[in-house]
Amino acid sequence: MVEALRCYALVAAAWTRAAAQYRLSLCLMILATLLITGLDFVEILIVFANTGRLGGFTVAEVGFLYGVAATCLGVADLLIGSIERLGDRIRDGSFDAMLLRPAPALALAAADQFSVRRLGKLVQSVGVLGWSLSAVDVEWTPPRAGLLLLMLASGTVIFLAVFVIGAAFQFVAPGGRETMNAFTYGGGYLTQFPLGIYARHVIQLVTFVIPLGFINWYPALHLLGKPDPLHLPSATHYLSPAAAAVLMVVASAAWAAGLRRYRSTGS
Amino acid sequence: MAIIEMADLTKSFVVRRRAGGWRRHRREVRAVDRLSLGIEAGEFVGFIGPNGAGKSTTVKMLTGILVPTGGRLRVAGLDPASERRRLAGRMGVVFGQRTTLWWDLPLMESFDLLRRMYRVPAQRFAANLQRCSELLELGELLPVPVRELSLGQRMRGELTASLLHEPEVLYLDEPTIGLDVVSKVAVREFLAEVNRERGTTIVLTTHDLDDIERLCPRIVVVDHGRLVYDGPLADLRSRLGGERTMVVEFGGAVPQIQQAGVSATRLGGSRLALTLSGEANVAALTADLVGRGDVVDLTIGEPDIEEVVRRLYAAPDPAGPVST
Repeated sequence: MVEALRCYALVAAAWTRAAAQYRLSLCLMILATLLITGLDFVEILIVFANTGRLGGFTVAEVGFLYGVAATCLGVADLLIGSIERLGDRIRDGSFDAMLLRPAPALALAAADQFSVRRLGKLVQSVGVLGWSLSAVDVEWTPPRAGLLLLMLASGTVIFLAVFVIGAAFQFVAPGGRETMNAFTYGGGYLTQFPLGIYARHVIQLVTFVIPLGFINWYPALHLLGKPDPLHLPSATHYLSPAAAAVLMVVASAAWAAGLRRYRSTGS
Repeated sequence: MAIIEMADLTKSFVVRRRAGGWRRHRREVRAVDRLSLGIEAGEFVGFIGPNGAGKSTTVKMLTGILVPTGGRLRVAGLDPASERRRLAGRMGVVFGQRTTLWWDLPLMESFDLLRRMYRVPAQRFAANLQRCSELLELGELLPVPVRELSLGQRMRGELTASLLHEPEVLYLDEPTIGLDVVSKVAVREFLAEVNRERGTTIVLTTHDLDDIERLCPRIVVVDHGRLVYDGPLADLRSRLGGERTMVVEFGGAVPQIQQAGVSATRLGGSRLALTLSGEANVAALTADLVGRGDVVDLTIGEPDIEEVVRRLYAAPDPAGPVST
């Protein structure tokens, strides 16, 4: 694990140094990403132009859900977003080169083409989150602030795991990048809104099957004092770290299985 | 002790073919079939065979990328499949047709990254880099991103990258493919030097007969995943009575050729194509031609590796692989 992080950091640092040679172009790219993703939240504001509440949530409360989900996705994407290209790497044979190194292949694939350009997305998400924290009607006592940090950490881990699972899937279907995006970015989109607006089976799906609901929805129900449409026990509000841990185990098993398959079939 | 040991090394793949509707035919294909071979430390071995013979699959097993289906394999005392990352620090790999470097990073950045990844002490890294830079004239290429290098320049970069951590074994897959003559010569001289000076064991996969002739005292030929020959190239050629070809252009009339082991075919105009079997005497034939006709131009072609291998495979040999 230490070696994996060390190698990840080495490769990511090399990419950052290489990008830093073109500082202006890097800044422009961050700015462009910032502007494009900025439109994301504008979309939500437009919805609220027609209605005061969405699924019982005010604009600030939806901003909170959005801010948490987008921040978690942003951090995960910044760290290992490149892994979505694994299928291309497999097809053009460059994944083999990663297996020739004395470093874990997952670390090399995750750090490949690391780019701080993805910070643009994160800046916007953190901005919305920061605004929502003061705009929602919540008194940020230490326990509540603690729960907030816990949900950010768990949410990030959940998205990291989803990225890895999506990459592992590409060992089986090298063209599976779009399928993977449906879960990563699609999951990010889904969790921007109060889950209460979706059909019951969708909420069940993101609770029991792909636990995206634990990124922001369940802890937020507690923090914002909202009723749970599924009427689950209130302990569910604190289960995000457990959901993250379970998904992490699933992700590492999926990656190991995918890599084993690749190394036995070579394709 | 042998640095590379293979005993009955086998790799089979399952191929699924659509057979109408949802039915699939499952068929097992043996890419490498009970290959047994030992390579001593310091050897320079040419590993050849037609496309699809199982060369790449074998190299992928030697490097630990692919896990064998059966048989035993040891490289530098390690099992490549289960000790892949440990072995990685002791071997170098160059693929001629794709890069193992970071495409968008400057060459020097890639080297520096490898230094840290392989934990090469700074002094040894500097010494190795300098040695390679001198021999391969890398100096001004170091700040250039790999994607902007020409094929020949990139290959020189790849070779350097593969040697920075002083590997015991070096695998080269078609390192001269697509290179111009000057680059080819530079790469060959460099490889010979690495083998001679450092005692690095080198396994070279190539289609280029010149590479083999200039570099490899020993060649190993595989076809259909099986070992078909193991020994010096010269032996292989004489054993098979490799056919050479000669094309002669005459200024005037085309004379009749009557010599043992020579068959002639008239080409268009006043050109003659001669096929020479092993017993033919080239010197006597040339003298005869010059004496009896007005020879304007004359070229001799050596049998290419594909041809030699094809014959080797076609040769009925119930006793199994030939060996010397």
